[in-house]
Amino acid sequence: MAPMDLIGRCGIQFFGKMSASISHDLKNVLAVINENAGLLEDFCVMAEKGKALEPTRLKRLAEDVKHQIRRGDRIITSLNTFAHSADRESVAIDLRELLGLLLELTQRSASMQGVSLAVDRPPDPIMATTSPFLLLNLLWFCLDYAMKAAGPEKTVEITAEKTDDGTRLHFRKLAEMGSGAGSFPAEPERLLTGVLNAQIQLDPDSREFVVSLRGRAPEE
Amino acid sequence: MKVLLVDDERELVSTLAERLNLRGLEAQWATSAEEAMLRLQTESFDIAVLDVKMPKVDGLLLKKQMQEKCPAMKFIFVTGHGSSQDFEAGSSEVGSNYYLVKPLKIDELIAKIKEALQR
Repeated sequence: MAPMDLIGRCGIQFFGKMSASISHDLKNVLAVINENAGLLEDFCVMAEKGKALEPTRLKRLAEDVKHQIRRGDRIITSLNTFAHSADRESVAIDLRELLGLLLELTQRSASMQGVSLAVDRPPDPIMATTSPFLLLNLLWFCLDYAMKAAGPEKTVEITAEKTDDGTRLHFRKLAEMGSGAGSFPAEPERLLTGVLNAQIQLDPDSREFVVSLRGRAPEE
Repeated sequence: MKVLLVDDERELVSTLAERLNLRGLEAQWATSAEEAMLRLQTESFDIAVLDVKMPKVDGLLLKKQMQEKCPAMKFIFVTGHGSSQDFEAGSSEVGSNYYLVKPLKIDELIAKIKEALQR
């Protein structure tokens, strides 16, 4: 398969996986609201039969529904940002925001694998000019590997920093790097790093790997 | 009828249990496989309603663990996914008739619980 075809195919698979995960989260939001509405109906039926309504219980139900609406709104916002990440091939982005989005998108997958994700957010923007979608795709591959290679703490720590010639992302607290967690970087990651002018360096002694993005960030 | 509901969505499973209890069933809930297995050490249930996708131990594996402890127990699977892959995995364990997709309809769930217990 031609390199660009493989990148396109990886991108579609990535989009599909993220969409499936997000739709699952939304289904759960709807399912909770559905049960809350159902319980409210049950209380109404009981009230019609003479049982007094309990305001505190009703208030709690309303709070639960509002909580789910906030959760759903957060999920939809992430989906919208993710969908728009494919709009432009190259744009100035703040890596802190991109990592925040990646975290939102992969939280469920991490939770299913029993892994906690910790993103260190520095106070100042860490700007890079790149393709947000392809970088997300690369970082998702990286995170997928990092979760499989997570150490006994079952936590993956991600930090971003500026360097003299670009930016760097660290994936830390890994245990095994190599056969146990699969081959990394594999062909899709190598192709994506090529397109993004990036580099992946494994550092088993420090239990981390680093993704370096070359190129000066624009003026902030 | 004693029912154990297992789903990692706490609000969902607690509210569903409350609704089943209002309808005369004895429903209890757990938010993980570990919690469900602990519950089985002290209580017995006629049927378990399990979410297929749960962290660490999923519904399919949990069913096997519960079955080893309580061979007569019946099962219903619930999922947020409607994917054919999940459907095949879930329905091969309990039959397509006992595989429900969220959001649930309470009357349908109760009908399925009764049906499963009469099998």
